[in-house]
Amino acid sequence: MSIAVRNIGKSFGSFVALDNVSLEFPTGKLVALLGPSGCGKTTLLRIIAGLEYADRGEVILDGEDASDRHVRERQVGFVFQHYALFRHMSIFENVAFGLRVKPRSQRPPEREIRRRVMELLELVQLGWVADRYPAQLSGGQRQRIALARALAVGPRVLLLDEPFGALDAKVRKELRRWLRNLHDELHITSIFVTHDQDEAIELADQLVVMHKGKVEQTGTPREVYAAPATPFVYGFLGAVNEFRGSIDGDYLRVGTSALPIVGGDVARGQSAVAFARPHELEIITDGGSGQAGIGATIKRIVDIGSIARVELSGAACEEPHLYEVELPSQRLAELNLAAGQPVRLVSSRLRAFAQGERS
Amino acid sequence: MSTASSTAPWNRSARFTSNPAAREPGAIRWLVIGVALTFFAVFLLLPLLAVFAEALRKGWAAYLAAISAPDALSAMRLTLLAAAVAVPLNLVFGIAAAWAIAKHDFRGKNVLITLIDLPFSVSPVIAGLCYVLVFGAQGWFGPWLAAHGIKIVFAVPGIILATIFVTVPFIARELIPLMQAQGRDEEEAALVLGASGWQTFARVTLPNVKWGLLYGVILCNARAMGEFGAVSVVSGHIRGQTNTMPLQVEILYNEYSFAAAFAVASLLALLALVTLVVKTIIEWRAGAELRPDEAP
Repeated sequence: MSIAVRNIGKSFGSFVALDNVSLEFPTGKLVALLGPSGCGKTTLLRIIAGLEYADRGEVILDGEDASDRHVRERQVGFVFQHYALFRHMSIFENVAFGLRVKPRSQRPPEREIRRRVMELLELVQLGWVADRYPAQLSGGQRQRIALARALAVGPRVLLLDEPFGALDAKVRKELRRWLRNLHDELHITSIFVTHDQDEAIELADQLVVMHKGKVEQTGTPREVYAAPATPFVYGFLGAVNEFRGSIDGDYLRVGTSALPIVGGDVARGQSAVAFARPHELEIITDGGSGQAGIGATIKRIVDIGSIARVELSGAACEEPHLYEVELPSQRLAELNLAAGQPVRLVSSRLRAFAQGERS
Repeated sequence: MSTASSTAPWNRSARFTSNPAAREPGAIRWLVIGVALTFFAVFLLLPLLAVFAEALRKGWAAYLAAISAPDALSAMRLTLLAAAVAVPLNLVFGIAAAWAIAKHDFRGKNVLITLIDLPFSVSPVIAGLCYVLVFGAQGWFGPWLAAHGIKIVFAVPGIILATIFVTVPFIARELIPLMQAQGRDEEEAALVLGASGWQTFARVTLPNVKWGLLYGVILCNARAMGEFGAVSVVSGHIRGQTNTMPLQVEILYNEYSFAAAFAVASLLALLALVTLVVKTIIEWRAGAELRPDEAP
């Protein structure tokens, strides 16, 4: 089922949680709402579910305006960050709940309920815990049960609120992969909220990056990572080096040095901030090539695996600035770098934004 | 969550006593325990024993005669009636108030919370006087009530009203923190799964607070049966009609029928003991249910 929201606005007192948000969620895809805490992503999810009401705007489910529909009637599956399993019911009863509370005319017979619940428990690979209670399960198991419970009523969409937020790193990674596989099997339109960029990139078909109640950028993880639309997205998604200076033709002037710019449309003379990913910077050791690049001193070299990371402190800005460069181990060996060594940094790809745009 | 059991409240003390670094010297431990036990024995256990000893001083026959006297039986009936009305009413009110306060946001919530505590902060005698002022012969509604032949003060309705007033906080106070700690997640989950408001309440909210509720009912009942001050003011002490058990004890005592007074008092004391036992059982059951590894 398709989901769309139009011009959604929501304030809590004087705090604006959502500011005129309009989005389309494609059918059958897994979409991540990504942003720092307080950016309004959970509020948006809860508005779509009907657990929260928007001050303005519409929620459109399957082409019809569902803004005034009660949460019961929206047929959404919702998975809570802290699972929200019914603690006094067995796992079986938890999953069966949605079927048991149906009006008598729609309620399946007991045998059918039993069959359906066991099927779902098998789907989440937890058929053997049917008689246990939520408190007896681990966090990862509970979240899988929460998912089975949400799927029991045959929801048209699946909404997950920080589904892995309360789990430890290893379980989180496993569960992520598992959820992706499950989605590939079921193809149910799903939206999940997360503040973890790795999780969003790894799991989602589409990203929606949010910040301060607004949508900053939407697109596939690849698109968003490769071409961030705003300085915020640049900084939020992946590691990044930041340069501040003023635009001079095709160069960004940082103090006395200059860096060539690729992309961005900032007027000449304007002050700007520019970004380059760690792998988009290069280290030059021979000081002879004049003004190309900006000066920096090597602080630390982390050479593990095939990619080495070099941390440098830059001298070009007024205050000391830390840069991070990633390069193949082999290249590092060729350069023969040492801590304390003065070098120059040049960028293969630098995108500039006018200073005012920075948020 | 699986690590919660290691810091769970029920084995925190075990962790301390088994840890030599945290253990206090034996003398201090015994001193503290000794002080507590002595205090308990002198101020709580001794008076309780005295009640039963005095009640049975003249033998079982006298005891049975005292508690089966018509006035005593009438007092028992009235006490049971007051509790039978006050406890269910407060049950409904307590659940409704706790549900509203813990699970919803609305204007005037703090006022409601404060009002629930009022009976705790007001002396019961004042509460009784208020009823006299409102419903008494010289009170606001006195003339109107008299004209319609309704008697509230110095009659059974007044006693029931006073009992309700003093027992209002017990159930609500027990449930509010419990419901607040449980949050709204499970209710929201139930709603999303298609449950109606009533189904959510009956299948999710209520089962989650059942032990707290039972605990509140037990305490409420104990207080309803034991209330003296407020009831004393509105009762008028009409023997065989408006005397509850605590009032009957006072009357008998003032008439120097010590054995009879203590006999009736022993029944109240027994009620207190039963209450404590039930309360302990409830706490134990509720605790067992919380412990993951012992869940049924």
